[in-house]
Amino acid sequence: MAPVEAKRARNEANDPSSLVMRFGPDRPLALDAGVDLAPFQIAYQTYGQLNAARSNAILVCHALTGDQHVANAHPVTGKPGWWEKLIGPGRTVDTDRFFVICANVVGGCLGSTGPASRNPATGRPYGLDLPVITIRDMVRAQVMLVDSLGIDRLFSVIGGSMGGMQVLEWAASYPERVLTAVPIATGARHSAQNIAFHEVGRQAVMADPDWCGGRYFEHGKRPEKGLAVARMAAHITYLSESALHRKFGRNLQDRENLTFGFDADFQIESYLRHQGITFVDRFDANAYLYMTRAMDYFDLAADHDGRLADAFAGTSTRFCVVSFTSDWLFPTEESRTIVHALTAAGASVSFVEIETDRGHDAFLLEEPEFFATVGGFLGAAARARGLDLP
Amino acid sequence: MSVNNTQRIDLKVVVDLIEPRARVLDVGCGDGELLELLQNEKNVDGRGIELSQRGVNESVARGLSVIQGDADRDLGFYPDKGFDYVVLSQTLQATRNPKAVLDDLLRIGERAIVSFPNFGHWRVRLSLLFKGRMPVTRDLPYSWYDTPNIHFCTIRDFVSLCDELGATVESATALDRYGQKIALAMPWAFWNMFGQQAVFLLRR
Repeated sequence: MAPVEAKRARNEANDPSSLVMRFGPDRPLALDAGVDLAPFQIAYQTYGQLNAARSNAILVCHALTGDQHVANAHPVTGKPGWWEKLIGPGRTVDTDRFFVICANVVGGCLGSTGPASRNPATGRPYGLDLPVITIRDMVRAQVMLVDSLGIDRLFSVIGGSMGGMQVLEWAASYPERVLTAVPIATGARHSAQNIAFHEVGRQAVMADPDWCGGRYFEHGKRPEKGLAVARMAAHITYLSESALHRKFGRNLQDRENLTFGFDADFQIESYLRHQGITFVDRFDANAYLYMTRAMDYFDLAADHDGRLADAFAGTSTRFCVVSFTSDWLFPTEESRTIVHALTAAGASVSFVEIETDRGHDAFLLEEPEFFATVGGFLGAAARARGLDLP
Repeated sequence: MSVNNTQRIDLKVVVDLIEPRARVLDVGCGDGELLELLQNEKNVDGRGIELSQRGVNESVARGLSVIQGDADRDLGFYPDKGFDYVVLSQTLQATRNPKAVLDDLLRIGERAIVSFPNFGHWRVRLSLLFKGRMPVTRDLPYSWYDTPNIHFCTIRDFVSLCDELGATVESATALDRYGQKIALAMPWAFWNMFGQQAVFLLRR
């Protein structure tokens, strides 16, 4: 595929080109799997300045295949940050006013400890020796990072999809440390359909002979085909039927007629293949297994005797829940469930459903009404809390 | 949910009924006009619920705490006595089940404030009497077949519903067509004839 990018991605896993917070054997990360992870590290980026009162920090949580490079060029692909339209100087989340932190999740592959990281016990990559990581583990690690940065309370925690799950976990487990929470295009639990799609992706990775039981690095291989198929299948779930039809229809790719073969006749096939191929250059296959598993295991109500409202009992965090009409991965009904639970808990909650045909991916795209929602919510919360912003 | 009525003469009356810094839920809050008034004038902790997505999105973008929802369907999620006041302004007549909605309002709020157009007003009566047609007036501008107002009532109807639900009327105000309060000492029958709108403060 593209060996230069792949090598760069491999380097990022251990020696990232972002800021790194290292936690020694004396500061282990207690995992839900019942073991301590130590030593471990968190790779993160920050934007803007922390004010004197340390009250203007916003933590951004990334999605399944995202990373800490939310508002700067990606070190492997060179592409703009994944939320650069939303976050930056003068943007909706204005880094001239807020101090924005975004960390690669534990279990990821862009510099925080994950399956591609060197296991200090063996000197080899962890592979599947890394315990299964949960959303709560990711958040615990973020708490340790925020502690290390000397921040008691976050002005806001914002994230979409898997990032939104982390937002909910933050609000449920550390309510006194979160002034406002913005869970976007997410759910309080992963649905059976979503687990099913993830399982298809994992099986595609593990069925690739180059996966080598997760030890592909030591064999000088990578399960590129399997991971590309996983990405292709997943990518369909990020879009919508109408958007696919609008963009591609039944258009043919660089040809006048059907070839009566199995080459990529249709533009949509070519597009998906491209999505798969470019993904394997920047993402570790085992990390994909860990990320999908973390989402599958997420069930916030189950942690509170099945009552989601209890997860938010007595909270003073202000919430802004956002969903998108054509998102069938995390349909509006999932957000409505969160809103009902927050309502029952007496929480202050805003809930907006954005009209769009761009599917789940809409949260990563420029959607003016979505940006206006986030901007209005954060601005009002800053005023209500008397936040002294530049 | 709320009726898009340019003559929201009831809002000022509602604002006057609410204590400063109260917790207020506005059911059918439209574009958030009342919530914004209450925040500015009474410094309340205000929340809203609104059926129209556009109303919700505009309200949230303006910094109000509003969710998309339906008075008929979503009030059940609110805890008992979670608010000092629950306001239902010009919306009761547009609900599918006004009795259940009013019951929920009395459960959720220490007090409920309900305002509605009075279908017993003399203009309405005359219109029906002489024209034999469903009235279409400045304040009730819809034809019968496209009106969101499916459950009109008169002031007397509303008072008897309050009795049925065990609600105490703490205060009631009728407004004439100019938004002026009708003198307090008048009997229900007078209000029912001349009040264009009514604003009730209830508790249970």
